[in-house]
Amino acid sequence: MGEFLNDWGLSIPTFLPIIGAAVMLLIPKDREQLHKLIALATTVVVAVFGLLLLIQFIDNDNYGALNFVVDKGWIDVIDSRYIMGIDGISLPLMLLTMLIVPLCVIYSWNHFPEPHNPKAFLMLLLILETGMIGTFAAQDLILFFVFFEVVLLPMYFMIGVWGGENRRYAAIKFFLFTLFGSALMLVSFLALYFLADSSTFDMRLLPEAAAGIAKSSQVWVFGGMFLGFGIKVPMFPFHTWLPDAHTEAPTVGSVILAAVLLKLGTYGFVRIAIPILPEAAAEWAPFIGLLAVIGIIYGALGCLAQRDLKRLVAFSSVAHMGFVMLGIATLTDFGINAAVFGMVAHGLITGMLFFLAGSVKERYHTLDMSRLGGLLVQAPRMGWILGFCAMASLGLPGLAGFWGEFPAILASYNPAAVLAEETFRSYMVIAALGTVLAAGYLLWMLQKTAFGTPREEFANDPHVHDATVSEYMAWAPLLILILVLGVYPHLLFGATDPAVINSLSECLDSSTSGACFDAAAGK
Amino acid sequence: MLSALPSIVGFVRPDIDWHAVAPELTLLGVGAVVTLLDIVLLERGRAYTSALAGIGLLVALIPIVTLAADGTTREMFGGAFVVDDFALILKAMFIVVAYIVVLLSTNYVAEGDYWENEYYGLMLSAVMGMVLMASARDLVTIFVALELLSIPAYLLAAWRKADPKSNEAGLKYYLMGVFASAIMLYGMSLLFGLAGDTRLSAISDAVSGGDANPVVILGIIFVIVGFAFKVSGFPFHTWAPDTYEGAPTPVTAFLAVASKAAGFVALMQLVHAGFPGRDDVYQPLLWILAVGSMTAGNLIALRQENIVRLMAYSGVSQAGFMLAPLAVAGDIGGEALSAVIIYVLIYAAMNLGAFAVIIAVARRTASGEIRSYAGLFKYAPGMTILMTIFLFSLAGIPPLGGWFAKFAVFRAVVEADTGWGYSLAAIAAVNSVIALFYYAKVARMMWFEDVPEEADTSSLRVPPSLVAALGLTAAATLLFGIYPAAITHFTEGTLIALPY
Repeated sequence: MGEFLNDWGLSIPTFLPIIGAAVMLLIPKDREQLHKLIALATTVVVAVFGLLLLIQFIDNDNYGALNFVVDKGWIDVIDSRYIMGIDGISLPLMLLTMLIVPLCVIYSWNHFPEPHNPKAFLMLLLILETGMIGTFAAQDLILFFVFFEVVLLPMYFMIGVWGGENRRYAAIKFFLFTLFGSALMLVSFLALYFLADSSTFDMRLLPEAAAGIAKSSQVWVFGGMFLGFGIKVPMFPFHTWLPDAHTEAPTVGSVILAAVLLKLGTYGFVRIAIPILPEAAAEWAPFIGLLAVIGIIYGALGCLAQRDLKRLVAFSSVAHMGFVMLGIATLTDFGINAAVFGMVAHGLITGMLFFLAGSVKERYHTLDMSRLGGLLVQAPRMGWILGFCAMASLGLPGLAGFWGEFPAILASYNPAAVLAEETFRSYMVIAALGTVLAAGYLLWMLQKTAFGTPREEFANDPHVHDATVSEYMAWAPLLILILVLGVYPHLLFGATDPAVINSLSECLDSSTSGACFDAAAGK
Repeated sequence: MLSALPSIVGFVRPDIDWHAVAPELTLLGVGAVVTLLDIVLLERGRAYTSALAGIGLLVALIPIVTLAADGTTREMFGGAFVVDDFALILKAMFIVVAYIVVLLSTNYVAEGDYWENEYYGLMLSAVMGMVLMASARDLVTIFVALELLSIPAYLLAAWRKADPKSNEAGLKYYLMGVFASAIMLYGMSLLFGLAGDTRLSAISDAVSGGDANPVVILGIIFVIVGFAFKVSGFPFHTWAPDTYEGAPTPVTAFLAVASKAAGFVALMQLVHAGFPGRDDVYQPLLWILAVGSMTAGNLIALRQENIVRLMAYSGVSQAGFMLAPLAVAGDIGGEALSAVIIYVLIYAAMNLGAFAVIIAVARRTASGEIRSYAGLFKYAPGMTILMTIFLFSLAGIPPLGGWFAKFAVFRAVVEADTGWGYSLAAIAAVNSVIALFYYAKVARMMWFEDVPEEADTSSLRVPPSLVAALGLTAAATLLFGIYPAAITHFTEGTLIALPY
């Protein structure tokens, strides 16, 4: 078994979804039940693979290094290889993906958004899954880039075909923004290839090979990656695609977008930009930190100005990703651990919130918070779940959200040695203010939607009912994980910490060569 | 008596390597047979011409395969005609492209009651010109090859005699083409005056040296500008949209892919073999042409309402991408050629595919308006998926073939490691985003819009030859994207051996 997983454990779950999609392509459109079953079976098998990988991963007990490495020739002429592998940073994000996608299939089982067509919808979902899993597993820059781009098309069609009123605008905006970033990112990857000591796209070798690049070039190369990943995150001035995309996307699209797609950006920073170009990262970090705290405050203020529930959750994403980016910008192992935790927590919590927003929309046919109210009266269980998720989102200790935000704030008290302490301490104060605002908008949202009495127009509406079986099935795993990770965060930190330390090792112990940021020194 | 002839006229027949010219001779033979068939069988021969032309093209591939298996570089006529890896890859591409164009033409020409024998005869002649171009390393040979491929193309563009638009297409193409030829010929005459020889190797020796002799500079600029017309680079692209729109659509596909590729073949040979020492002259010129083409082509494409005109302007922009590696050819040498060839090959697959869909859809809608694609997904899902693949491949989205083409270009310009190269990369990056916008516009029409009320929504019937063309191009587009080694296998290493 171990042998098999080592060779095929990553490739099979990556490409299985696309094979499932190919099978579905051959089956006529009107056999809807069969399509749903194929999609479910495929995603569940992928999830089972995820579980097997997890067990083997724990058994290998080597969290810091890459596990299940496959290294095969792909495009020899450009020295790009098919290298897959996961460590403690990629594993949680990959498992999150493998969990979310089957839940999305279950959730949509009986309510596909207009114009229906489950065949096409589920095929897109499966192609998305291939792209997302592949991105987290790829250890070659070009392979990473290809998977990173594979997610664009399905998401574009998902928003554009099944989205809301303004879907065409939102779909193209999402596509153009992301493509702009990734085009410059590709140029940066190529610059790395040619400037580094050995011509390679291998992420395992690049940290060492790139050390010899002149600092001024490093800063430029990092800039290209910053745009590519920063737009995907999205960071403050590039965030404008996000509220539109989220608001217009169908529920499942929003969930995937929030839970996984945004993480591709932050993952890129943690996996590629910082380990490979630590010196440039140190130059950029104060700027990234600044944009991160602006994002925190701006996102929170944006939330307070929303009337639409889904748009509010979207803006809260901007704020939460601000915390993640702040953690990353500290360039300490502590901060980056917090960031990875924050990514997973945000995926679970915001994914849940989008599920809930979708269900509210389905019942009330509106997300206008001034018309909602009394969810606790009409659908008490759903109301309580909404309350639970709002608490998790505002960072209540004991739930997962806390472990993403609090350590990130704490880490900015003590940033890496090369960074100015004063700057990051002032960021810390602003970020802390952000948590207060977060509590404000989330409680306000809860008050508007869940508390009070139902409006007259919905008081006797038969459409408004409590959570259904498929909803429970889709939500239960997420709710349990939010609680478990909140109570016992070591589950995640235990896996990420060795990997984070390893990914920063290039700069942590290169203090002799005068490079980057020894976190321990001078503290 | 005959043996005394050489001593009288002073002419010695040069050695001819029959194996090396076999592809050209095959095409010539098939073209002659197609024409003769018309004379002998008259109307009865019409049914066979398309098949005959197709088979003839495939037969012409055989000597290319044997030459490739043989692997030696062959040269004739003192180095004016060379068969090396570079020539063989491109010859094979021209023939395969022509084969697909024949597949696209079969029903179009038969149903339109056009003159089939002449049509295929002229097309084969044009293909022969292209195949010859791939081997031409001499100014005169290049010029003869160019005219051999251009003159039939002028006629083909005006093939729909009764349609004034087609006449306009042919006339415009002809006038602009002749104008370009004249400029180029003037440039060639300047270069010949300097070198006293028409072979590129001799030209290279004569023009290198870095002096600011205005004759050299003018000669190089004129020759390159002449080919910039052929590849429809900005600002010499003005013929393309009108010609593309008016010409029969299969001919448009032929012009947009094969004819454009032939222009690039000539440019590559000139830049790499003719002026390698004068990158100070050709690099800035090509840089401007590349940036102008990709930017202007894209911006004008944004405003197009007609799908063929959109493809024309997108073609201008794609030409800009193909010019980009040549604009740094002096810094990276043969790598630039590899990048251009990779781009041309992938572009051929995806662009022909897009035209195949346009032809298939136009059989139903009889319209070139982008609006006529509204709701295509509802009644022709297969065609919609194929078109989506081709369009997003043209936009360069992985894992479709176009991404590797764009990647090869980015790689080449970044490898140059100069300010010119990096600025070109940044401009190209921005342009690939703009391009997405108009490709996505068509996709949006097909997927997101509703079918117009008066439209016929019974499912689309596609003739087998079009299905074959679609299958070939779609398979190639996906294969090149997922496994680029399928292409790089052929484009690695030294393609043009210097000096020969």
